[in-house]
Formats: sequence, C-alpha cells, structure tokens
Amino acid sequence: MSLSRRSVLGVAAGAPLLTTSLSFRKARAQAQNTIRIGVLNDQSGVYRDLSGPGSTHCARYAVRESGITQAGVNVEVIEADHQNRPDVGSTVMRQWMDRDGVDVILDVPTSSVALAANTLVRERNKVFLCSGAATSDLTGPACSPNTIHWTYDTWMLANSTARAMVAAGGQTWFFVTADYAFGHALERDTTAFITAAGGRVLGSVRHPFPNTDFSSFLLQAQASRAQVIGLANAGADTTNAIKQAAEFGITRRGQRIAGLLVFITDVDALGIETAQGLVLSETFYWDLNDRTRAFTRNLGTMPGNIRPSMVQAGCYSAVLHYLKAVREMGVAAAKANGAEVVARMKAMPTDDQAFGQGSIRADGRKLHPAYLFQVKTPQESSGRWDYYRLLGETPADRAFRPMAEGGCALVRS
Amino acid sequence: MDMIFGVPAPLLFGQLVLGLINGAFYAMLSLGLAVIFGLLNIINFTHGAQFMMGAFVAWMLLTYLGIGYWWALLIAPVVVGLSGIVIERLFISRLYKLDHLYGLLLTFGLGLIIEGTFRNLYGSSGLPYRIPPELTGAWDLGFMFLPVYRGWVVIVALLVCLATWLVIEKTPLGATLRAATENAALVQAFGINVPRLVTLTYGAGVGLAALAGVLAAPIYSVNPQMGANFIITVFAVVVIGGMGSILGSIVTGFVLGVVEGLTRVFYPELSSTVVFIIMAIVLLTRPAGLFGRA
Repeated sequence: MSLSRRSVLGVAAGAPLLTTSLSFRKARAQAQNTIRIGVLNDQSGVYRDLSGPGSTHCARYAVRESGITQAGVNVEVIEADHQNRPDVGSTVMRQWMDRDGVDVILDVPTSSVALAANTLVRERNKVFLCSGAATSDLTGPACSPNTIHWTYDTWMLANSTARAMVAAGGQTWFFVTADYAFGHALERDTTAFITAAGGRVLGSVRHPFPNTDFSSFLLQAQASRAQVIGLANAGADTTNAIKQAAEFGITRRGQRIAGLLVFITDVDALGIETAQGLVLSETFYWDLNDRTRAFTRNLGTMPGNIRPSMVQAGCYSAVLHYLKAVREMGVAAAKANGAEVVARMKAMPTDDQAFGQGSIRADGRKLHPAYLFQVKTPQESSGRWDYYRLLGETPADRAFRPMAEGGCALVRS
Repeated sequence: MDMIFGVPAPLLFGQLVLGLINGAFYAMLSLGLAVIFGLLNIINFTHGAQFMMGAFVAWMLLTYLGIGYWWALLIAPVVVGLSGIVIERLFISRLYKLDHLYGLLLTFGLGLIIEGTFRNLYGSSGLPYRIPPELTGAWDLGFMFLPVYRGWVVIVALLVCLATWLVIEKTPLGATLRAATENAALVQAFGINVPRLVTLTYGAGVGLAALAGVLAAPIYSVNPQMGANFIITVFAVVVIGGMGSILGSIVTGFVLGVVEGLTRVFYPELSSTVVFIIMAIVLLTRPAGLFGRA
C-alpha cells in the first residue's frame, strides 16, 4: 500500500480549515464616504439558521429603511463565516478592520468568538454590535466603550425562563451544558437564580461543542433525579437533546426539560409535535404585535424562507440605530472614533419595528422587554411558524441584570 | 446503590449500552469506508455527505411522496448508491492511476459541495423525522430505559455488518472482488468485467452509508452537517482498525463506541477526543492498525 497513513490523517485534520470561506470584497477607492458593516457569524454550522445569511438580510433591510443612502452616504454590508471558532473569527476581523476598512462588526453568535471580537474592536476603536452571542460578561467584566450587547443575554434568559420554572415547582436542577464560554455563563447565571429562589442544583455535565449524541449526558441527568434538566446549550445541540430526551422517556417519567436558550428556528426543526409545551424566552417574535408583523412582511423572503429569529431582528435594530448616530455625527467623525459613535447611540432613545422603543445603558446593554413563551400544541397552531403563545412579559427595566451587579468598569467610577 | 469506580452501577451499565448503540453507527459507517478502501484504494471523504443524503432521502420520501420509514430503508440506499455510481463513473474512475491523495481531495471536495448544496436548500437547523410507530416505546432494563428504536439500530447494524463480512470473505463474488484488488489485469483476463465490479462496489459502500443515514434520521435531527460530525471519528475508527480491514472496522467501531460512552461518565470533556488519543497510541505501537496487515 503506497498511501502513507500520515498523509491521510494530515488531510483529515486539516479538513475544517479548508472550509474557511471569506466572502469579503476588496476595499474600493471611495472609502472616505463609505460605512462598512461586517456581518460575522455562523454560515455553515449549527447556528446558521438563527443567524447566518438571515442576519445579513436584516442588516441590509435596515440600511434601506434608514434612507441614509439617499442622504449621500454609501453603506456596504459584507459577511463572513467564523465557523464558531475564535481563531477563525479573529483572523477575519483583523483583515476586515486592518485592511478592508470595516467600521462595524455585527452579530457574532458563539460567545467565545464574541469575546474575541470585543477585544479586537476595542483595540482598534471600531464598533461592535453584538446580537448573536449570549454571555452576560459582555456588559459585565468584559464591558467595553466600543460594544453594545443588543438582543438578549444569559442573565435575561435565566431571569425569565428559570424564574418561571422554579415558580412552577422545579426546585432541583441538573445542567447539560455546552463546554464553552456561553454554556458556562448560562449555567452560572441560571444557578444564581435557582439558589436565590430557594432551589438546588444537584449537578451538571459538560458536553463538547457541537455534539450529536446526548443520550449519555441525558442518562446522567436522569440518574440525578433532579426535577428539572436545564439545557445550557443552543441551536442544533438543543434540538438534538430535546429530541433524545423525548426518546428516552425522560419527560414521561416526571422530569421536566428547560431549554434555556431556544430559538424559533429550533422549534421549527424539532417539529411542533416534539416541541409542544416547551417554555422559552425571547425578546422578539415575528407574530407578537402589529409592528413585528409589519417588520416581518417588509423583510420580504428571508434566506431559506424562514421567519426572522430574535438574533436576526436584533441585527436590523442595531444597524438602524447605528446609522441614526452616523447621520448625526457625519461619516468622517463616525469612522474616526468608534467609541464616540457608541456614546452617541447610548445618548439617543431607540425605536424600531422589531423591538419598539428602548434605550442603551452606560455599560452597553440595550434594554427592551423579555417575553416568556410556550410552544403551542399542534391543534392550537394554524400552521408552520405559528408556534408561540405569550405567557408573560418582563418590562425593559427589569429584564436585564442591574448595572451595579455586573461589575462593568465603565460604570464603577 | 452499587458503585463501580465511584459511579453508580446502573449508570455505568446504561453507558455501556449507549456506547454499543453509537458503536453501531461507527461500525456501519467505517464498514462502508473499509469496503471502498479495500477494493478501490480510494479514501472516500464523501462518505459523511452520503450518510447525510441517506437521511435526507428518507425525509424527502416521507414529505414529498408520503413513503414511510420501512420503504425508505430500502429505497434511500438504492437512490444514494446510484448517485454514488454516477460519481464513480464520472469522476473517481479517472483517478485510479494517480496518487491516493488525488482521490482523497476529490471526494473531500465533492462532500463539501453536496453539504453546501443541502445547506442552501434546507438550512442548518435540521428537519423533523419521527420514529416509526412500530418502533416507538421503550424497554425497562432495570438499570435503564432503552428506547426500542435504539435496540433496533444495534440489531440492524450487527446483521448488516455480518452479512457484508460474509459476502466479502466467504462467497465466490467476494473472492472475485478480492482477487481484482490484488491483480486487476489477471482477473480481467479471466473474462470478468473489473471496472464494472469496482463501480458496483463503490455503489454498495455508498449504499451502506445511506442505510446508516436512514437509521440515524429519527434519532438525530436531519441536517446537512450530521455527516461531518461523524466522519472524522469514523476515519479514526478505520485507521485504528487497520485501513481496509472489514473485520477490524466492525470490531473497532463497536469497541470505540463503548470507550467513548464510558469516557462520558468519567470525564465528559474528553469524550470528543478520546478516540484520537487511542488512534495516536495505536499508530505508535501498531502502525498497520489493530487488524491490519503491514
């Protein structure tokens, strides 16, 4: 056999690297009057449908709605795949900001990549509008004058979902946690709520990210005899775990599953038969009110013909508000100083079709209400995407962690 | 409760059973790879995509044509196997005279194209596929709750592995195939159409991947990256078992499934890596693999 084993393995190990796809265009000459927004997210993996090309679609829609092009400002929206890996994401961002003149990094799901973006953007004094990532550290220890955390975070999820679960009698918990920054933050924030409400955490197990087979972890959760199994993961990891929990009869034996982060695209992937009854929290639902319905209609056909997730709606909302600030400051000033733009954004109230009226706090936290939903039964649902029934609303001033508790250096002095 | 190594015994037994189930998938996938490599000398990196296609064809049959699981078990491997035959005739057959790396790069590229196409058409979050009603429910084994469907997967995988091994090692057809591998020109001189034999073998190997895909569809969400999640581990299985060794890939598949399951109890964070650690050790001590002939 002439084939060397080492060459096979070399290619096997290098395989993920080859898939790196960078879809940026070269900077053009008229750079001075052009704002460049780089949408960095998962274009090929488990978080693609909830962010991915849909986020770019929403960002481009925000540019159109802002009318800034008619005012003589060029806005370019480009996108790239970070493959949920901080190293890949950092390489793209350095090229974007150092070579291609990108002014804003947008979206960035996967908390480990978002934390890298947070640092890189601050070093270069650009703007980071984070919609996709969850870790509440972005407005806590890692807060930055160049970052706004837009759509949701781990504290808000715990505050909404875990509080409701404990109130409904779920006193003992076991976590199945994605083993990276996001999972750890979600587990930590949820644990704080459970213990504060008098509940107990019996244990947790950390699974590799991404992961396909959850049966082993679920069996450990089952053996713990906890009343609630908290899934501190997201995307296809969550849907696989929920699907397999049903298969192993975990819910039939009296344990409840708490999907701590479930997106509408996940509910669609599970199918309403499997997902019915699931309690979850989001800050945006396309069928929430007249404005969100109008927003969804105006978006036109989304890539993959899905309804927008809260992450994608957040990209729209963030870009719209950013462009308002740019318009006030002028393009040259906005390009020169990212922190200045962010300060201007914080000073103005927000208002858009997806999230309604809101504001941005000094620590970079965007404030809007959080909604507790339950997935409808197949009988209640009128068809695909008619998935949620509203259970409750946490008003904007109580939906997110109080500024004093976050430990953000920007607000301490 | 009895404890073994500080772990409750029921939990440990449960993990052993789950390990066998995962091992069944590893065994079926690595079997297809071993057959293709053994007879064609092609390292089929499209295998993960073909596994995924099997699941997708099952989903399409149900969604567009109303054809259920049982027929999908038959139809999906045939459909995907035929697509494999087309690929072999159009592309792979041109590479037999070149270095292995060309075949590897070609199949890897094809795999990416297929996955990308499905991703563009169906998104990445996955599609629901329900367990057939005949196989829902679960057995209470005392120490764990075993879904009937998972038991079914293990039985099917064992039967398929056994049948494939018998065909290749014990039948005249298998003897011809093995002879063609050793010396194609000589076998051709006996009046046997070797290129056709090779094409059909590739189709059969691909069909095995698709069958595993159909079996996986009700358990995992049917999504374009489901094969990519498996394939790297499966390659490690093939390497540990010995490239091209049928028996090696079957036994190694099941054993590594169990090892991985146990790792999930004792040190969960290591569970995605343990297979590769074993691979490194095997390569250092037995470079031809556990069952391979150097």
